[in-house]
This record gives sequence, structure tokens and C-alpha cells, in this order.
Amino acid sequence: MCGIAGLIHRGKSSNVGRELQDMLQALKHRGPDSTGYALYGEGNNQGDYIMRFKVGENVAEGSSAINEDKSVYDERRKQVDKHIRDLGGSIVNDQQLTPYSFRYCIKYNKDLMEFSKVIEGVEMVEILSIGKSLELIKDLGDAKVVSKRYGLDKVKGTHGIGHARMATESGVDIRSAHPFWGYPFSDVSVVHNGQLTNYWNNRRALENKGMRFMSECDSELIAVFLAEKMRNGATLEEGMKESLSGLDGVFTYFVATKDSLGMAKDTMAAKPLVLYESDDLVAMGSEEIAIRSILPQEIDTYDPFDGEVKVWQI
Amino acid sequence: MANIKNSTKKTKAQSMGMHTEALTGKTQQKFFNPDEAENFFYWGTHDVDFNKRTEIDVKDMDCNEANKKIDSLMSEGYGTIVIKNPQGKHSLGVGILNKLNLIFEGSLGYFGIGSIDGPIVRVNGRVGWSCAENMMAGKVVIEKNAGSCFGAAIRGGDLICKGSVGARTGIDQKGGSIIVGGDAGAFTGFMMQRGRIVILGNVGINLGDSMYDGTIYVGGKIGSFGSDAVKAPMTKNDMDWLKRKLKVAEIGSDFDVSKMTKVVAGKKLWNYDALEPTEKKGAI
Repeated sequence: MCGIAGLIHRGKSSNVGRELQDMLQALKHRGPDSTGYALYGEGNNQGDYIMRFKVGENVAEGSSAINEDKSVYDERRKQVDKHIRDLGGSIVNDQQLTPYSFRYCIKYNKDLMEFSKVIEGVEMVEILSIGKSLELIKDLGDAKVVSKRYGLDKVKGTHGIGHARMATESGVDIRSAHPFWGYPFSDVSVVHNGQLTNYWNNRRALENKGMRFMSECDSELIAVFLAEKMRNGATLEEGMKESLSGLDGVFTYFVATKDSLGMAKDTMAAKPLVLYESDDLVAMGSEEIAIRSILPQEIDTYDPFDGEVKVWQI
Repeated sequence: MANIKNSTKKTKAQSMGMHTEALTGKTQQKFFNPDEAENFFYWGTHDVDFNKRTEIDVKDMDCNEANKKIDSLMSEGYGTIVIKNPQGKHSLGVGILNKLNLIFEGSLGYFGIGSIDGPIVRVNGRVGWSCAENMMAGKVVIEKNAGSCFGAAIRGGDLICKGSVGARTGIDQKGGSIIVGGDAGAFTGFMMQRGRIVILGNVGINLGDSMYDGTIYVGGKIGSFGSDAVKAPMTKNDMDWLKRKLKVAEIGSDFDVSKMTKVVAGKKLWNYDALEPTEKKGAI
């Protein structure tokens, strides 16, 4: 089933970490397996890239990932550090958040695609996101559990999207969890509720064009599909409109960039979405209770129609 | 047993593109014998007094607690119940099988007011997916917008949304009336079998797709017709009915119903031969 939520404050920052946590927790019944956040915060003020990556999986109860000896994590991290330096980058700040996940601030001014290919060449290493304001966090557990594990309830920013996942198409693990980074673009992320039926055809075509897939989750296709359109010069909104015919199946998805938030709904309107829009805030989710968790007062909401695409700027 | 007689006289319903309720085909059913009314007990119903009024705040209740509270109040004879702070909760106000004035001061989530048989419900807010699903009788008025599957499989009563509704409004509708003051999404009237849908605004693609029977009236633009849905001429009976219903629905009292588009089923089902309305054959 899965639940998705997103919000954007226009013209100001807010406690988006806490707000998105509350919205996703209200949708827990739609997806208890894993929760993910893409938060657009204030960066590190130096203009450096923030890279979130993992060197292994969470193998807690319920996980479908293979248990590993944790001693390999250190070795993988060392290899990542070496690759960053070899590629001409430097690590300004590093944090180990769990035994398997890290947050680095790095200085790097070359091609991100090449950078990612080298880093992800290390066994089991996956870059969850690279961006100047994007912080992409995903792990097993509900919204509160993940938020507490990564200290998200105090993250300030302008906008964010999140996902509560019920695993149906692929494993219960971090690599199949949402959001997906729009590799190789910095600060692009996607969450999806639905099912894509032309995943493999699209995947083969996109891989032949040099795009990368990290999971077998059909939702990852949306991020890669949009990234490929943008790589060829399309705007975000143009790419999203093309996705209505390029993607087959049922879907409602959100995509976020450094300064915008968008939604798209398939032409059969088969997946739910409730939307609240005012001059200074847009909030949306799979169910109204997600919006009510941050806006308990009486407000006007509506369901976007079939085939609708909307993009808002901060 | 009730004696439902066949009538050879053409009824108003027939002239509006509907078959008569005096069924003659395989679907004929006789459920209720008026002569045995004294012995009849409708499980789950309560005798209530409309003048006995109360309010409950469901902010800190889940839907089970709230619905049990409503049931408990009805058993105490309360006939007018106001629900405060529903805050988008799912499945509120379901399964009410007796007369009742039920007022929600706020918005409902999914599957609100489902499987009801008789109450008059007003929602001073919005409703989520599948509002009033399987409604048998009564009147439901939504003051703002509604989600998809509005009035799914309703069998009777008046279901009214003053704002806009999502996709698949009236899916599998088997009777009653759905009236929408704004726009409606794709697949409106999908597989509808009886009843009437009125949309004053625009509708999306595939209107009336796979409909067996029933009538859809559209005041605005139609995205596209679904398979089996065809236009039919508006009659005086149609217009009289629309004017009356729009008045009851508290919307569109000055709406020019003569300019509405009437849509009916264009396919004759194998077991509908006894029920096929003359007018529909003309439309085909």
C-alpha cells in the first residue's frame, strides 16, 4: 500500500524534520516496513556537498538483508574515503550515524556521475544522496523510530518528502526503501505510492543509456526516468509530464529538488492523494490524517485529478 | 408476501432512460411483507427523537470508539448528534441503520458514513475516498470536496457534494442519486447499474465506462466517453427531476438544466431484455 507525504514552506524555514515525522507516523498503517525522509535543510553553509551513504544493511528483525560480519564496514568506509581523495575531493566533516550509515560533508567540484560510479564500486556501498541541501535518510522501522535513530526531529528546512513503505515488489531493506535519489543530480529525490508495470523494459532502456539502478524496487524507476529526462535538458515539470505516458501502472509520486516540490498522479487516478495549498504552505499525503497531524484546524483540502502534475517553488 | 405487480404503463423512470422498479426479470426479489410488519425487527436500529440533541468531541477517540459512542447515544434516544473534531479520521459514522440527524463539524477520512440506511448526515468539511459506500437510504450532504469512489455501490438515497469529487464517482452504483456541485474526475459512473449521477461542472475521461444502466447528467465539459456510454436526448421529465433534485441538494437552484448533457448505457446486457427502456433503444 505505502504512504507518502510531502510539504513545502514558501518563503521561510520550519522544523520540517518534525513535521514530516508526524505526517509519516500518521500513515504508519500504510507501510510499517521502512520509513524514509528527504529533507531539504540549510546545508553546511560552506556550499559543500552533503553525502549520505551506507556500507551495509540493517539486519534487524524483519529485514530481508543478509547478515554480515560488521568488521567489513570499516574496511568499506576506508575504501570510500580513499576514493574521495583519489577523485580530487576532500572530506570536511564525517559522521557515523549507525554501524552502516554515514553523513559526510565533502568538497568536490567535478562530475557527480563519475564520482558516484567510483564510490559505489565498493562492495555494498550505496550513496543515498548527494546534495547541497538534501539530507536523505531511510531505514527500517516507523517514522518515529527512524527519526529518533538519526536525530531528525530538530532538522530545519524549507521542504521535504517522505515515505512509509509496505514492501511488495522487493525486499525489506534500506536499498529498496524510499526516497530514491535522482542520480546523478544533486538534491533530487522521489517517493512513490503505487506499482509500475513496465519497470523492466524501462530499466533496460535506461541502463543502456548509462543510468544506474541500485535496487529492484519499481519505484526507483521514477527517479531514474526523471533524471534521464533532466540530463537531456528537460525541466523537472516537463519530465514529470512525460512520465504520465512513459510510466505504465498506477502511481502517485512526489519529487523534490533544492528549491521545488512536485506531484504527479497517473491517468487513472488509482492512487490516493490529498492536498492542502495556501500562500505559505503546501502539504500533501496519501490520507488527510497526515495533513491533519500538522494542521489540526479546519482547512480546505482536495484530491488532485487524474493525470495532474503540479510543481511548487519555495 | 408483497405483491409487486407488473405495469404496462410507461413510468416516469422509464421515460428518463431507467427501467421500472416493478422488476420482471431474474433480478426480481421480494424482501418484505407489510402484513408482517409488526413482527419485523431491523437489527441494529434504534428509536430516536430528533429533538434530543447532543455533541461529542472525537479528537482523542479512534474510529471504533467514536462509532460505538454514536451507537450508544442512539440507544439512549438521541436523534441529533453533532461530532466535533473528526480531523480526517477514517470510517466514522458507518453502519447507521435508523433515522438520525448526524452533523460532522470538520472533515472525514476514508470510508466515512458507509453502509447507512436512513440517516440525514451533514459534513461541514471534506470527505476522503469511498464516502457513503453501500448507502441504502437517507441523505448525505458534503459541504466541501470529496475524494475518489464517492458513493461507490450506493443503492439508494441522496448523496450530495457541494464541491468537487475525485475519480470513479458512483462506481458500481445500484440506485439512488449522486449530485456534485463542482467537477468530477475520471471514470465517473464506472460500471454503474442503476440510479442517477448529476455533475454540474466538468467530468474527466471515460465517463460512464462499462455502465449497464442508469443516467448521468453533466453540466460542463466531458473529457471523453467510456465504452458503452452514449448521449441521450433530455426530456421534460429529466429537467423536472433535475430542478427538483438540485433544490433538494441545496446547490445550483439557478442552474440551466436544459443545457446539461444526458448520458445513458448504450449496451444491452443479455439478461436485461425485460428491463431495457424504450428510450435507451432510441439512443442506441
